[in-house]
Amino acid sequence: MGKLVSKIPEGPLAQKWTRYKASVKLVNPANKKKIEIIVVGTGLSGAGAASALGELGYSVKNFCYQDSPRRAHSVAAQGGINAAKNYQNDGDSTFRLFYDMIKGGDYRAREANVYRAAEVSNQVIDHFTALGVPFARDYGGTLDTRSFGGVQVSRTFYAKGQTGQQCLLGAYSSLNRQIKKGNVKMFPRREMLELVLINGKARGIITRNLITGAIERHSAHAVVLATGGYGTIYYLSTLAVNSNASAAWKAHKKGAFFANPSFVQIHPTSIPQLNEYQSKLTLMSESLRNDGRIWVPKQKGDKRPANEIPEEERDYYLERRYPTFGNLVPRDVASRAAKERCDAGYGVGETGLAVNLDFRDAIKKQGKKVIEGKYGNLFEMYEHITGINPYEEPMRIYPAGHYTMGGLWVDYELMTTVPGLYSIGESNFSDHGANRLGASSLMQASGDGYFILPNTINNYLADEIRTPAISTDSPEFEEAEKDARERINRLMSVKGRKSALSFHKRLGKIMWDHAGMSRNEEGLNTALKLVRELEEEFWKEINIPGSADELNMELEKAGRVADYFELAELLITDALNRRESCGAHFREEFQTPDGEAKRNDEEFAYVAAWEYAGKGNPHILHREELKFEEVEMKVRSYK
Amino acid sequence: MKLTLKIWRQKNAKAKGDFVTYQMDDVSPEMAFLEMLDALNKRLVEEDKEPVAFDHDCREGICGSCGMYINGHPHGPLPGLTTCHLSMRHFRDGDVIWIEPWRAKPFPVIRDLIVDRSAFDKIQVAGGFVSVNTGSAPEANSNLIRKHDSDAAFDSAICIGCGACVAACKNASAMLFVSAKISQFALLPQGRVEAVDRVRAMVAKMDEAGFGNCSNTGACEAECPKHIKLANIARLNREYFKAY
Repeated sequence: MGKLVSKIPEGPLAQKWTRYKASVKLVNPANKKKIEIIVVGTGLSGAGAASALGELGYSVKNFCYQDSPRRAHSVAAQGGINAAKNYQNDGDSTFRLFYDMIKGGDYRAREANVYRAAEVSNQVIDHFTALGVPFARDYGGTLDTRSFGGVQVSRTFYAKGQTGQQCLLGAYSSLNRQIKKGNVKMFPRREMLELVLINGKARGIITRNLITGAIERHSAHAVVLATGGYGTIYYLSTLAVNSNASAAWKAHKKGAFFANPSFVQIHPTSIPQLNEYQSKLTLMSESLRNDGRIWVPKQKGDKRPANEIPEEERDYYLERRYPTFGNLVPRDVASRAAKERCDAGYGVGETGLAVNLDFRDAIKKQGKKVIEGKYGNLFEMYEHITGINPYEEPMRIYPAGHYTMGGLWVDYELMTTVPGLYSIGESNFSDHGANRLGASSLMQASGDGYFILPNTINNYLADEIRTPAISTDSPEFEEAEKDARERINRLMSVKGRKSALSFHKRLGKIMWDHAGMSRNEEGLNTALKLVRELEEEFWKEINIPGSADELNMELEKAGRVADYFELAELLITDALNRRESCGAHFREEFQTPDGEAKRNDEEFAYVAAWEYAGKGNPHILHREELKFEEVEMKVRSYK
Repeated sequence: MKLTLKIWRQKNAKAKGDFVTYQMDDVSPEMAFLEMLDALNKRLVEEDKEPVAFDHDCREGICGSCGMYINGHPHGPLPGLTTCHLSMRHFRDGDVIWIEPWRAKPFPVIRDLIVDRSAFDKIQVAGGFVSVNTGSAPEANSNLIRKHDSDAAFDSAICIGCGACVAACKNASAMLFVSAKISQFALLPQGRVEAVDRVRAMVAKMDEAGFGNCSNTGACEAECPKHIKLANIARLNREYFKAY
């Protein structure tokens, strides 16, 4: 595997995508029908890609582990989706959205990709609206927007606190239309176990049917991974509990480089952990920071109920430290600030690991009805979980693992280092740098799936029109199936005494304590040692009752945790390698006197793309130097 | 808390199922219902027994994966909640809790508490979409939609497809589920063009899958974790009559 070629088109930034589309190779409609494409995942990027490729006339096979494509975790995104429409006349533009993302990502993303994401954002909104997504509207019938963290314009389109659900159901509906037309064949309750390469090209996958346990072979001319992020490596996170990195990790082991794995977003506003059995942390949308004010008591260890603490004894620490952006600073900044206050002993609640998010002033000013209109479902959800009514008392919130900016390395065409293997949405690394801004995840996933991949993939497939349907009887498929079966047999035959869940919990704690919101060399080295020990224990102690030839959820969990040990090691290695603080990656050794992240552009203005070198061997680092031609790298300040 | 769980165990679709009793001695009121089942499963795995199979994923009430009958109610005794959002603080020490899968002919049991809800997907495939290709959409604000209509469409569109309505209905009717999608598009100009074809196709598929007619008891609305209203069924009927 040689040098990284990012394939960024020539020309001025604003014209790259237009020029690319005008010159890229195309596939004639008669040939498309004969070409098969596998898409793994049915979130916004996966369902979007499967729909758009089906519309073009390709034969698409779409896979998901859930019982229905409608359940992919894009469904849980709450706050909104960005677009540079400038409906508010507040100075927004494609360039402004691009610039906010580059700055928000702390100058660790690729200019050309980010600009393109901003460029297609308007088409995404048009498309979802046409699909019947009921975005919020103003009384005149036009679409409404709101503000999100890290920006000073109002560009976030939303459907109450369920924007992800509404967009995903829109994508699900377009997918259904293609299923009806016969252009997409849907394979639910399938888990990808192996990627199949033939002559170095991605030509298929091995899956396990999660109901029957059958191991199946599926072939295609190209494979697209839309498999989401790896936030559940922390066990407790805002992700769906079955979200996993196994498909991406299997692809990585077959030659796809993994980029910036240490860039993990810890979301500032999640419901804190309530008990030791907890299985997930529920997010409270960032949009709440539009109207909610975050504070802790000025006095250390003040245990009075929040409402009894008078105004002058409250420390609105975000407004104090960052007067320009106040409560709407980017997520990484807000999370670290919460951790700083709690570590210093000012946290609230029984554990002291929480801060207040208070709507008292907003309710006073706008009235309860208006607040209910904006956040009603979130307030209701908060009350269900905690038993506390946020109209009466402040919410208690704390940061939680949320989104992974890192992922499979892709070039401008969203192709990984394996020819014919693409990665879209959260599963790739490309658009968010070291920190993602709110409401840009739905935007990027939809853009990748509906508008970008369906253009770039033609450039590869144009050379495949003479390749007949790929047979699944080849030795390569044989070999991949054998590997998948051996792995299952190995897991099943340990016959220890411990559950996959107990290992996952312990792994999560190691990662959260040492490789979470804040990292240092000593802690990371400790984590590396602990992860290796835990992995060893896992392969001696895991128990999976039942058989592999039937529905077996313990087997599913164990396989995912086993992959997480390996990814955890790479995440830690990447965090150790990056001797700077940038975005969500905060190395305690590298900070300014007032505790802000200190970047090192001289040495680290690159994407770290890691190559797998075999079990037990250290990963090989490849650097993609980041060149900034349109924006100047500055110290990111929200003060 | 100490609790007695009576859980439906069934090896596969063909096997005969039965209730199995489990004692839980250490349930904290702060646990979520599914976390209590996680704790039971952890124990079963450690005893090398097969854990109870149930569908679940987001655990924040939005993906629609989870769903079980708890003490005679889909998603448990509280209104407006999915099973994953049900907290153990609503139960008392010494309670006996009966846990069963959705019972409806179009939702055959796959194992234990997991049922096959693919009939729902088939209904959506039949017509639950607006036929617009990627790239051909008009500018989003070129179509003005009354806020009232848009908000009403949203209230129908929030159905999570969990199947509680079918499980609650003595006729195993899917009309609340189908009407939610029909209503969303009936209320929006984007959906009007295909309204006739849509309602015909979706209702035909619903009948073909074996779901019954509306029982008019309103059990679906009472049990829906997302408060989808019966008025949607009235709208479905109107749309259907208009289509013939």
